[in-house]
Amino acid sequence: MLNIEIDGKAVEVDHGTTIIDAADKLGIAIPRFCYHKKLSVAANCRMCLVQVEKFAKPLPACATPVADGMKIFTRSKAAVEAQKSVMEFLLINHPLDCPICDQGGECDLQDIAVAYGAPASRYAEEKRVVLNKNIGPLVSTDMTRCIQCTRCVRFLKEVGGMMELGMVGRGEHAEITAYVDKSVDSELSGNIIDLCPVGALTSKPFRYKARTWELTRRPSIAPHDGLGSQIEVHIKDGKVLRVLPREKESINECWLSDRDRFSYEGLNSPDRLTVPMIKHHGEWHETDWKTALEFAAGQLKDITNADGGEQLGVLVSPNSTMEEAYLAKQIAHGLGSSNIDYRLRQTDFRLDGKRMGTPWMGCNIPDLQEMDRILVIGSNLRNEHPLLANRIRKAVAQGAELSLVNPMDDDQLMAVKHKAICTPNDMVNVLAQILKAMSGLQRLSLCLPKSLNDLLETVRVWDNSQAMAESLAGLGKEVDLVSPRTGIFLGNIAQSHPRFTELYSLAEAIASLCGATFGILSPAANSTGAHLVGVLPGEHGLNAKAMLESPRKAYLLVNVEPELDCHHAAQARQAIAEAECVIALTAYKSEALEHADVLLPIAPFTETSGTYMSMEGRVQSFTAVTKPLGECRPGWKILRVLGNTLGLSGFDFDSSEQVKNAIFGGQKPSTVVWNSLNNNLRELIDIQVKIKSNVLQRLGEVPQFQSDAIVRRSPPLQKTRAVQAPVAAMHSQLLTELGLDDGEMVTVKQGVASVLLKAKRDDRLPHGVVRVPTALPVTSLLGDLMGEIEVTRA
Amino acid sequence: MAAFDTPVQHRSDKETLVCLRTLGQPDPASLQAYLNVGGYKQLQRLVQDKVKATDVITQVKLSGLRGRGGAGFPTGLKWSFMPRYYDGTKYLVCNTDEGEPGTFKDRDIIRYNPHQLIEGMAIAAYTLGARVGYNYIHGEIWQDYEIFERALDEARAAGFIGENLFGTTFSFDLFAVHGYGAYICGEETALIESIEGKKGQPRFKPPFPASYGVFGKPTNVNNTESYTSIPWILEHGGDAFQALGVPNSGGTKLFSVSGHVERPGNYEVRMGMPFTELLDIAGGVWKGRQLKAVIPGGPSTAVMPAAAIMGATMDYDGLSKAGSSLGAGSMIVMDETTCMVKTLKRLSYFFYEESCGQCTPCREGTGWLYRVVKRIVEGEGRMGDLDLLTDVSSNISGRTICALGDAAATPVLSFIKHFRPEFEYYIQHGKSMVTGKAE
Ligand SMILES: Cc1cc2nc3c(=O)[nH]c(=O)nc-3n(C[C@H](O)[C@H](O)[C@H](O)COP(=O)(O)O)c2cc1C
Ligand code: SF4
Ligand code: FES
Repeated sequence: MLNIEIDGKAVEVDHGTTIIDAADKLGIAIPRFCYHKKLSVAANCRMCLVQVEKFAKPLPACATPVADGMKIFTRSKAAVEAQKSVMEFLLINHPLDCPICDQGGECDLQDIAVAYGAPASRYAEEKRVVLNKNIGPLVSTDMTRCIQCTRCVRFLKEVGGMMELGMVGRGEHAEITAYVDKSVDSELSGNIIDLCPVGALTSKPFRYKARTWELTRRPSIAPHDGLGSQIEVHIKDGKVLRVLPREKESINECWLSDRDRFSYEGLNSPDRLTVPMIKHHGEWHETDWKTALEFAAGQLKDITNADGGEQLGVLVSPNSTMEEAYLAKQIAHGLGSSNIDYRLRQTDFRLDGKRMGTPWMGCNIPDLQEMDRILVIGSNLRNEHPLLANRIRKAVAQGAELSLVNPMDDDQLMAVKHKAICTPNDMVNVLAQILKAMSGLQRLSLCLPKSLNDLLETVRVWDNSQAMAESLAGLGKEVDLVSPRTGIFLGNIAQSHPRFTELYSLAEAIASLCGATFGILSPAANSTGAHLVGVLPGEHGLNAKAMLESPRKAYLLVNVEPELDCHHAAQARQAIAEAECVIALTAYKSEALEHADVLLPIAPFTETSGTYMSMEGRVQSFTAVTKPLGECRPGWKILRVLGNTLGLSGFDFDSSEQVKNAIFGGQKPSTVVWNSLNNNLRELIDIQVKIKSNVLQRLGEVPQFQSDAIVRRSPPLQKTRAVQAPVAAMHSQLLTELGLDDGEMVTVKQGVASVLLKAKRDDRLPHGVVRVPTALPVTSLLGDLMGEIEVTRA
Repeated sequence: MAAFDTPVQHRSDKETLVCLRTLGQPDPASLQAYLNVGGYKQLQRLVQDKVKATDVITQVKLSGLRGRGGAGFPTGLKWSFMPRYYDGTKYLVCNTDEGEPGTFKDRDIIRYNPHQLIEGMAIAAYTLGARVGYNYIHGEIWQDYEIFERALDEARAAGFIGENLFGTTFSFDLFAVHGYGAYICGEETALIESIEGKKGQPRFKPPFPASYGVFGKPTNVNNTESYTSIPWILEHGGDAFQALGVPNSGGTKLFSVSGHVERPGNYEVRMGMPFTELLDIAGGVWKGRQLKAVIPGGPSTAVMPAAAIMGATMDYDGLSKAGSSLGAGSMIVMDETTCMVKTLKRLSYFFYEESCGQCTPCREGTGWLYRVVKRIVEGEGRMGDLDLLTDVSSNISGRTICALGDAAATPVLSFIKHFRPEFEYYIQHGKSMVTGKAE
């Protein structure tokens, strides 16, 4: 520990602490622009100059480590003189256009200028003008305002993983720019808006919408991926105008993914359903709630009375709240149906009933960046879990060895130590090899169950798999055997995999051999919560897949666009079209719900209270941040009244808190959660390792900005470069074998249905895989996400 | 490539050739020329006799050699900062990026005596345990770059650089790297960034190159002339080198003399030579005119009025006592017809143009200074401008990441200090006191 003094206040700090950190600790404010606690130190703005005893020149507080006995003066004459001179320099070329600048009122330059700036400028020469850059639909640039602090440059390089912005030119001509003709395409790009201390980078969708002081700020939780990012929603006149991160070190740090930041634009979509609607003789009619609910209840009752509860299927989106999920389950059960599920994109359910508890990520989010060895199976990390990818990137930057087993080789913008890029089918084989290699590594020669051992007999271990096993076991490294800081995770692709059971069982076995943390990266905001609530088929109930495979007469849909949200678009489409009765709780009028019978306008997350449970088991409740649009109603209220209208018992709730209490049986949520989270298998399931097939396999991934109904309707996100017209991508060798040319139109066929797409060469794919995205209207005629697929010249 | 065919400039018998000692040989840049003057013997001796690194450093310390790149940091002391034991590659960097106006000495070293630089670097590499070396050569002296490449080929072929030199385990690979003409790449950490393939922008120090240099590894950076002095020091002993000069300034120094003299050029003379003698060697002020002012060490050093420099000696202490500094020994001579206001405009333009733009005071301040001086030169000056210039310069000084900020402030402060009436006249009359014209 070092003893220092700042402005006469003594403080004890660790070795290596900088003056600025020490001052922050004491609550002494040193002005700054370029310094940011999450970024490397650039020391270029010079705003933080302070006087240090025995030093002739002022020193930058952000870059100067303290020494024992140092006496620092942040407000002495010399210090203030230096700070004021820097302020003067910063302002001479600044346009001072605060009245037309979106940053006005929340601008570091403005704030610090008030304290350190002079009332008039001594600069009487011409000012610099810098041309604006078009860096995409999310971030607006006013580059003349830029003060060259390089926070944005450092963020994209250090956090985003790719240097998409840089400073070109020298001296006064130095300017921040993207690569020639390139936009900033990072999935975390919006954070540079928050980081920019001036109005050079502002939000494009928010441009000129409101002044910061006109906005009401309310806390909420991001409703997309399973991270549970904490957000702050800014509202004016009842309308959500922007979303910013709330700082939460253990979840989203001070960042947000672009999906979480810009999806709100989808809330203001003209697609919003604002009144209940009933279809009569093929025509939609607006109606009132009472009529709609009575009609819905009547239909549901008629069918379940006549054909039995098993004719009702209930599909709940994993982005619905726990309260909505719970009440949907109560209704299903009340109507005698145990056909309820939230795992809309899962295809392999053989694990149902075999797991000990609620599947979760197996550790806490910050634990990821402390890991030394990580294996990720079936995940396009940046696409699925942008901020989680950043945690892994941090671990890798600190020397962790990352291994990937994936059906595509998309650049995760971090160093990958080992990777097996193979067809979805082969992934199983690779895991079996890793398991065999792991059990062969001497000091880990734990016994595997006989059935598994027999299976592995026939497996031949490739060098690459051996290397992965050795990396995971930390061979030749110092490994703490009690907590070896190793993690094995299954991503979204693994969870939609037709042999999820094999992937899961093998990964779990590998993890138990090397003492690794084993977890599931839950795809959606409330996947884990829906599982905990029990939105799962009962004993003879049908799972999400079965409900569509053997169509039901009636469906109750909660926040679901069936052909976009389900694993088998074509089947979903048909089942819904042919059902006698479809009741949809939806925030949007949707093409996908054209065949429904009743549309009930449900409030999206900003207009309802509710609870999400994140992949790490964190239960986070939020309240409505704005009033429901039109006749929209919170989902829990709609379901409660529907329950009442159906005459079911157990629906006497006056608030979402009461629903939550019911979910947790009056206990503390954390108690319930910790007793429930468990990824272990009760028993080993018969699994098959070698899957021989010569057919082409589809890789049907959900593009980042198609993941749910809100995101799909956010215009700025839809305008990003990440959103491209769907293609049938395949390895060049496969293209040649099929006699196809890159860019030509091909017929892509699954089952009976086919669509026309452009063939695209993509050598990041293994041979035998045709990558065709899902969750898009164009591909919603197709089938299984990882099913067989045919491609022929159109 | 054919030997460089420009005739060797005028030389004087008052010179003492250490760094340029191959001059006079038929093809001075050739390996043979250097071998003729005893070249590469010191390297061979040190390596074969396994002379201890500390012994080499002791000689360099005794020599009184101070960094010839401008800052004058004692070379022996700098060498002792390199970590002795280090698990990994250590690097050696030579700074031949001279880009300051009036500085052109290092190009003559690689043009006329590149092998002595190579031997100096190899000796440094041996002493400091560096495995790889780079010579970073200014982008605007392409022919000299090619001469150096040729010398490297010769040295490699002759076994003076490369693997297992002289049959020992000592290996040293040396490469030439050329810049693109940015002055800032002469600043050692910007130079390192540039070697790494990045934009030439100084790093914040500490850490210094000795602990975090090229690719983050321990690196020793010296100027061309500094390295080139090394073989002579080891041949004749540190004391002998020191004795060539004066206390605190050992050895010889190459002065790049330019401006209003009869015979501009590089002159290698003993440290401590009286200014008048050096002026004499360069043929005196041209056209028989009167001396008005001298910038003794390059634009980043303070200008001196004739009266102040006439009695000065050309060494670190001598010039510092007289109110300026030796810098890189780039002596710019100005006669009585020189308009100091216009001269300052040219110098300020240089720093404005060459600032890397990373830190606020330099990026914003150099443009401010240039614009105000330009305005004065255009006859639009205001009385308050001189105080403003002084103030802005002081606000840049000592508050930047690298010394370019100070370098930009120095001419402004010293020109106004010594020639204030000329500036005032220009502002009041809208034209030059010397030429009678505005621009
Ligand atoms: C703006 C700037 C430009 C510089 N240019 C050069 C140069 O061209 N050549 C050089 O040797 N040193 C130059 N230096 C000094 C170097 O940073 C460094 O001090 C020197 O190369 C060290 O070598 P020495 O100790 O042998 O002098 C420059 C410094 C600054 C701040
Ligand atoms: S002083 Fe000038 S040249 Fe040096 S780092 Fe700062 S901006 Fe760049
Ligand atoms: S905050 Fe320290 S130099 Fe910018």
